[in-house]
Amino acid sequence: MYSQGLIGADSRTEETPEFLERFQARIDAEEKIEPNDAMPEGYRRTLVRQIGQHAHSEIVGMLPEGNWITRAPSLRRKAALLAKVQDEGGHGLYLYSAAETLGVSREQMTEELLSGKAKYSSIFNYPTLSWADIGIIGWLVDGAAIMNQIPLCRCSFGPYARAMIRVCKEESFHQRQGYEIVMTLARGTDAQREMVQDALNRWWWPSIMMFGPHDSDSQHSDQNMAWKIKRFSNDELRQKFIDATVPQAEYLGLTIPDPDLTWNEEKGGYDHGPIDWDEFWRVVKGHGPMARDRIKARRKAWDDGAWVREAALAHAEKRRARKQTMAAE
Amino acid sequence: MAETPLWEVFIRPRNGLSHKHVGSIHAADEVLAVQAARDVYTRRGEGTSIWVVRSADIVASDPDQAAENFEPTAGKVYRHPTFYEIPEEVGHM
Amino acid sequence: MALFDAILELADDHLVLGHRLSEWCGHAPMLEEDLAMPNMALDLIGTARTLYDHAGKLEGAGRDEDALAYTRGEREYRNLLLVERPNEDFAHTMLRQLYFAAFMEPYWQACLDHEDEVVRGVAGKAIKEMAYHIRHAGEWVIRLGDGTEESARRMREAVDALHLYTGELFEEGAAEGVLPARAAMRPVWEDTVGRIFAEAGLDMPEGAIALSGGRRGEHGEGLGHLLAEMQSLHRAHIGATW
Repeated sequence: MYSQGLIGADSRTEETPEFLERFQARIDAEEKIEPNDAMPEGYRRTLVRQIGQHAHSEIVGMLPEGNWITRAPSLRRKAALLAKVQDEGGHGLYLYSAAETLGVSREQMTEELLSGKAKYSSIFNYPTLSWADIGIIGWLVDGAAIMNQIPLCRCSFGPYARAMIRVCKEESFHQRQGYEIVMTLARGTDAQREMVQDALNRWWWPSIMMFGPHDSDSQHSDQNMAWKIKRFSNDELRQKFIDATVPQAEYLGLTIPDPDLTWNEEKGGYDHGPIDWDEFWRVVKGHGPMARDRIKARRKAWDDGAWVREAALAHAEKRRARKQTMAAE
Repeated sequence: MAETPLWEVFIRPRNGLSHKHVGSIHAADEVLAVQAARDVYTRRGEGTSIWVVRSADIVASDPDQAAENFEPTAGKVYRHPTFYEIPEEVGHM
Repeated sequence: MALFDAILELADDHLVLGHRLSEWCGHAPMLEEDLAMPNMALDLIGTARTLYDHAGKLEGAGRDEDALAYTRGEREYRNLLLVERPNEDFAHTMLRQLYFAAFMEPYWQACLDHEDEVVRGVAGKAIKEMAYHIRHAGEWVIRLGDGTEESARRMREAVDALHLYTGELFEEGAAEGVLPARAAMRPVWEDTVGRIFAEAGLDMPEGAIALSGGRRGEHGEGLGHLLAEMQSLHRAHIGATW
């Protein structure tokens, strides 16, 4: 976002104990870190990885919902869904921009996504099988994303925090859009009610898994909390999400597919049944039902678009040359 | 293949306010850059005017010089109105 | 009913073209275009909705925008052949957009003093949208026409493929005597497209036979597939609310 010329200057930083201590003191004082500031290499690497993954998730996330744009059942829904999927593209764009301030280009990040080196949220490797999935995704997947993203608006890295503020502002329309679809289906015909319960059954557990492994099994958590890249633990956010969502499902007469779900008076929240972590890791490792198709679709868009990007650059070069000739005359 | 250049986008939210940095986009030239900025950053009525600047053309102060640039000003308290004591009877000044 | 038929033609043009553009979402050549094309599609779908709604009221048979969009078959659709042409590649898509917008912008201008209030209202809003579509699509036609060898070749192929469908823009169809004369738009359209082609280094084809039939419900084979996809869910649950 700013002054790419200076980026990289800090990679020469010597990470003496004094330097690390000063850096941590700035974080502890809630001071924002800006792209040109000296920062530990680990902090930079973590951010590049996390912002990149986040951007990729938005971009790949366009595909499952895009799958229903051409079949949306009313013109009102068609316009809203198109605007929503377009927003996801915008979020990816803001996030790539934030990562670019750390000296990694969008092209590099795209290559990493397409080569399978970079990860993205595994939720998007599930297929959207009915229109109800569009409602459920808005309600649960965007709802879970918002839970994760609101704390990121206060992330210690300035460009990431600023991008997230913009994203969060736009995101609330997505969740409401989704819940309205779910509500309409839940109050609709028998076939529609069946459709929406089926979608909830398929998306509930993947949504719960979006918060990541239990705190006890999470690798990067402690350091990221100290650096204020992360502000709440996976389990804290998951709990908040479940507590907010269960009453919304009950309101519509929908059944959460977790027989062990019970209200725990003592902790003032719900207890949930065991999460199938084998399934989680299988999907994270790229064995989700749609993983290959998603990357293939992105690869095709990127490759098919190469001649367009090349043409624009070639034309820009011609314009520059013509301008120079004109100026010289 | 060469990479499509990066541009910084500045939007005037409404007349009477300054252009404010909102983010960046990629575009091959200045005309496409303005169009991309319009399509990306003004989808919800956020602006009435757009500036784009090649990111590479921005000159920034060096963070290593931040102390010498910005700290000396802290001592010059007499630049601030509250430095001067004026009796209340004089009224607002 | 004359105005109903005339408005339905325009509504079908806008919906079908908006639908085609929306097919790009998530698959554009660059992320910036993944945002630009939906913006244009949303303009078109928005206009279509207002027009369908109005047409339904004029008809007075209780058909709303969705009934008109989702329950008519391909023989009942009245859109131009141009707008139903498949996306093919980015060159075809941008050229199709330019051809359509270069017609609609002056056409909406001519509609500004129409006796029907809704037509005037749509026109006032759509003029600006079409002006932007001309600019956006036009700038791309220029860059692709005068970019690399490959892009110039693709652009020429798009002109060869799509120019045949431009004659139909100026056929009066159901608009005759109800909406402004379409044939009168030809000089402005040729001027707009001609200026862009000159900058793009493209030749305007001359004397080609104009294909038509869309206004009579005689479409290409692609429209049936487009509608089958678009209407499948709606038609599977007739009477349901979404």
